[in-house]
Amino acid sequence: MAVVFEKTRGLAEKPFHYCPGCTHGIIHRLVAESLDELNLIDDAIGVAPVGCAVFAYDYFNCDMQEAAHGRAPATATGIKRVHPKSAVFTYQGDGDLASIGAAEIVHAAMRGEKITTIFVNNAIYGMTGGQMAPTTLVGQKATTAPYGRDENHAGMPLRISEMLATIPKAVFVERVSVHDVKHIIQAKKAIKKAFQTQMEGKGFSLVEVVSTCPTNWGKTPIEALKWLQENMIPYYPLGNFRNTEEVK
Amino acid sequence: MAKVTFDENRCKGCELCTTVCPAKIVVMDKDRINIKGYHPATVKEMDKCTGCASCARMCPDVVIKVEK
Ligand SMILES: Cc1ncc(C[n+]2csc(CCOP(=O)(O)OP(=O)(O)O)c2C)c(N)n1
Ligand code: SF4
Ligand code: SF4
Ligand code: SF4
Ligand SMILES: [Mg+2]
Repeated sequence: MAVVFEKTRGLAEKPFHYCPGCTHGIIHRLVAESLDELNLIDDAIGVAPVGCAVFAYDYFNCDMQEAAHGRAPATATGIKRVHPKSAVFTYQGDGDLASIGAAEIVHAAMRGEKITTIFVNNAIYGMTGGQMAPTTLVGQKATTAPYGRDENHAGMPLRISEMLATIPKAVFVERVSVHDVKHIIQAKKAIKKAFQTQMEGKGFSLVEVVSTCPTNWGKTPIEALKWLQENMIPYYPLGNFRNTEEVK
Repeated sequence: MAKVTFDENRCKGCELCTTVCPAKIVVMDKDRINIKGYHPATVKEMDKCTGCASCARMCPDVVIKVEK
């Protein structure tokens, strides 16, 4: 019998600490498989965020650096400039990237840093117990929005991919989801493409992965995937916003 | 002939794998609990497995290995 599927060597042996059914685990696997399949894992350097993925440095089988909250793109900038041949990536949640780290991501993209950002948008601050994030949907409940997000009070959720796609040197920007097997396969293709874009030296690349937080959404993992599909995707449409083919 | 194996003590009982199997053979084993205290996922009718690896791709905790 031949092996059809097994745990990639891009992941370390350590089991994830994530809650049951949390899609952070799927996204970790896709990143690790992509780096392994592109023969980049041995020299890759990742930057972990503050958020539920704070222990990402224990899970990837490559060098990892922890960054201060939201500052992963700045840390990755320094790493990539010193190690231009390594695949350098940041792995960041929506609280980390779209709130406290909003300036860092915009300016890393503007400078066209040759790094890849994996942006995990679960529309909430997961790690700290479910506060409202810039990405929380209108009407979505959070501990700091007990009646649901009110757009007149908290504004409208930030669409990071659309915003970054307006930046000339953000040469690959795609939004994907992991709510079923078909979308998981598509998500991996986008992650691979982003790393290829980086290694071709073309500029900044980002893949936004629409993700779940069953625990703070107060749903079972199965219900959370359904909620994602019915509520997140209409506001955060999937698709490619920038592609290297358009870039000279 | 295809076969799936579960690294059972990594399983968190989330049930996501049970929703994607075209043969509907992935089930939670309600008779047992693993080291984490969850009912682990399992396959009882292995002869119906096509080796499609959908269960393994859906699993957030890299529990499942697929051979064909
Ligand atoms: C400077 C600083 N401010 C605030 C915090 C508290 N804090 C920890 S994680 C987090 C948000 C995490 O949310 P997100 O990035 O969406 O990650 P998730 O847990 O949802 O994956 C916050 C505000 C901190 N650790 N450091
Ligand atoms: S709190 Fe939410 S994002 Fe964090 S591990 Fe649990 S389910 Fe995942
Ligand atoms: S490999 Fe496919 S057919 Fe076999 S148990 Fe998994 S999902 Fe079902
Ligand atoms: S998806 Fe993975 S962790 Fe969840 S029940 Fe199935 S085998 Fe267990
Ligand atoms: Mg979050």
